[in-house]
Amino acid sequence: MKQLMLGNEAVARGLYEAGVAIVSSYPGTPSTEITEYAAKYPEIYAEWAPNEKVAVEVAIGAAIGGRRSFSAMKHVGMNVAADPLFTASYTGVNAGLVIAVADDPSMHSSQNEQDSRHYAIASKLPMVEPADSKECLEYVKLAYLLSEQYDTPVLFRTSTRIAHSQSLVELSDREELPLKPYEKNPAKYVMMPAYAKPKHNVVEKRMEALAAYAETTPLNQIFWGDKKIGIIAAGTTYQYAREVMGDKASYLKLGMINPLPVKLIADFAKEVETLYVIEELDDIIETHCRKHGISVIGKELFPWIGEFSQRLISEKLLGKTPEYVDFPETIPARPPVMCAGCPHRGLFYALKKLGLTVFGDIGCYTLGASAPLSAMDTTVCMGASISGLHGFNLARKEESEGKSVAVIGDSTFVHSGVTGLMNIAYNGTNSTVIVLDNSITGMTGHQQNPTTGYTLKGDPTAKISIEKLCEAVGIRRVRVVDPYELKNTIEAVKEEVAVSEPSVVISRRPCALLKYVKHKAPLKVDPEKCKGCKSCLAIGCPAISFENKKAVIDHTQCVGCGICSELCAFSAITE
Amino acid sequence: MKKSIMIVGVGGQGTLLASRLLGGVAMDAGYDVKVSEVHGMSQRGGSVVTYVKFGDEPVYSPVINEGEADVIISFELLEAARWLSYLKKGGKLLVNGQKMAPMPVITGAAVYPEGIEEKLAAAGADVTVIDALSLAEEAGSSKATNVVLMGLASKFMGFSEESWQKAIDTYVPKKFLDMNKKAFALGQKA
Repeated sequence: MKQLMLGNEAVARGLYEAGVAIVSSYPGTPSTEITEYAAKYPEIYAEWAPNEKVAVEVAIGAAIGGRRSFSAMKHVGMNVAADPLFTASYTGVNAGLVIAVADDPSMHSSQNEQDSRHYAIASKLPMVEPADSKECLEYVKLAYLLSEQYDTPVLFRTSTRIAHSQSLVELSDREELPLKPYEKNPAKYVMMPAYAKPKHNVVEKRMEALAAYAETTPLNQIFWGDKKIGIIAAGTTYQYAREVMGDKASYLKLGMINPLPVKLIADFAKEVETLYVIEELDDIIETHCRKHGISVIGKELFPWIGEFSQRLISEKLLGKTPEYVDFPETIPARPPVMCAGCPHRGLFYALKKLGLTVFGDIGCYTLGASAPLSAMDTTVCMGASISGLHGFNLARKEESEGKSVAVIGDSTFVHSGVTGLMNIAYNGTNSTVIVLDNSITGMTGHQQNPTTGYTLKGDPTAKISIEKLCEAVGIRRVRVVDPYELKNTIEAVKEEVAVSEPSVVISRRPCALLKYVKHKAPLKVDPEKCKGCKSCLAIGCPAISFENKKAVIDHTQCVGCGICSELCAFSAITE
Repeated sequence: MKKSIMIVGVGGQGTLLASRLLGGVAMDAGYDVKVSEVHGMSQRGGSVVTYVKFGDEPVYSPVINEGEADVIISFELLEAARWLSYLKKGGKLLVNGQKMAPMPVITGAAVYPEGIEEKLAAAGADVTVIDALSLAEEAGSSKATNVVLMGLASKFMGFSEESWQKAIDTYVPKKFLDMNKKAFALGQKA
């Protein structure tokens, strides 16, 4: 039966069909839905781990334990998981292990544009890359065969356009697999120098064997067309090239991108007049070709930055620019904003009002950096708000202490924020950390986490108390505020930054988009009372605009949170 | 035959469900189909776009570039202007006349352009503007604006009424089925 499936859903279907039993991941766009769809199969145990390192370690343990296992993450998540990854390359597996990593060229929802293929090279692991949903499903199944045949974890790379595009797939039944026997084998699984040294030899031999496999694998395919132009591409760039060039070129489509074949590429190169390598981000395939003396045109023609498109390829290879009509005037940008009713809004208003330096983190609240709130100074990576603030205060001492805070969401705090807080408590800078507890992992689309009290499958479970956790690591001043209560919030933050010891403020209110959150009736502006002072516009609510010198509230967006009415000095905003 | 349809709007307006309906009917008709969406940060009230491509020959690229769209369905007036350059010469632009001020307009850093509908027509686009929001509210909720617009779009797609109804049955939660069927019918009549 044919079905239209998101790339991520097709990966999950592949896991199901491959008999995968255990999935552990941390959410990250564009990888999140793989694990969510996997959780829908009763045969698969699927969990949200606190971070990617934990998730990959769980998957390694489960694979050693004899069950096919899996973990998915976004590209920057692989940085977090890199530690176990590199040594799992040495231990190998027992039952199969596949680790998916989703890159985000053009940074639709990311803080950088790194190319995860470098990880495959650096950790000496095979990596496959599908080009549509059908291949997502098929390649996952093949990846498990490779994993078990070559005793290795297999990396599975996608990108935003594969992960978040739907295309047709054909479904098969699940392969039910018995629990594989586990035998104690320190030489294989205990990576101390005496065992790790011989294991490195095994890894190098395995890469040689995989390189031989890359020459003949069905993952790498040639499609012959006109031989004047040859194109080497993988994943979504193959699709762009094929759409533009059709039969006017020949294609070597690589589905296995580490290790890369040599003879296959050399033979293809001999058949075509001009050979292009079309790859988004870095020059991995191009460098490989040059290393083996195959002359190609790559990054001298194609950019290092951003997603490619059929337009780009058409311009570069055919010199053709599309014809189109532009709107005759400048169109105001529409950047993403905090939703109407977002509990983060009140807190960021308070930070702006107090004029604090704000070390930010990764989540919806990163939008606090945008106008008109503009209340964020830095954002680097998951957890960096807290540790970064500590460093900032060490550098600037009295000049910044009492005038700076870190902000971090509940999920990010558990992911890698609490370790930074331990450092603040232990080494004692006068730093204030604000945990934005909206009771969910918001930006990636509402995933449960260890502070919400529910598992990925929706079952009630143990719940971390953020207050008690902060106290346990040594913070004596911990208090909770409701960010809808503007005055209290401003007062609380003011007091905590003023004290001369580490402190934590928990700004607590559930995300306004959660299904269980009841919305109040939309508010209205009384045009008689409104003086057009624009105080209410200072919070950057998308539901409030300004027309004919008066504020206007869009009833389709307003959820009645009331923050704007707290700011109105003329009581013009009411139900 | 290959068709390229874009669904554009503001994050939160339900463009994903709309693309699911269209993808569903195209698959039902036996076509090869690709639908490309954007999830994550840009969804939070930002400008969003979904590409739907189908045909009786293989669809390779999941995205649509400038000058390639046969139809653009815009859930908001300004977004129709933003994505105009993606419309093929002679392509159709189906627009919800609702205006949603983007943040730079709210903060006063930019102005919401006047006379967008006329300017779109003057630029040569075949434009239809309807008040999909009022029709959705007539059907029961402003949240059904997406399905009203798909009702309008269905008039220009050549798929059977049954396949649209089947897609609605498949992709709309049961609780909201009646309201959405009403919304679809109102869009067809608009």
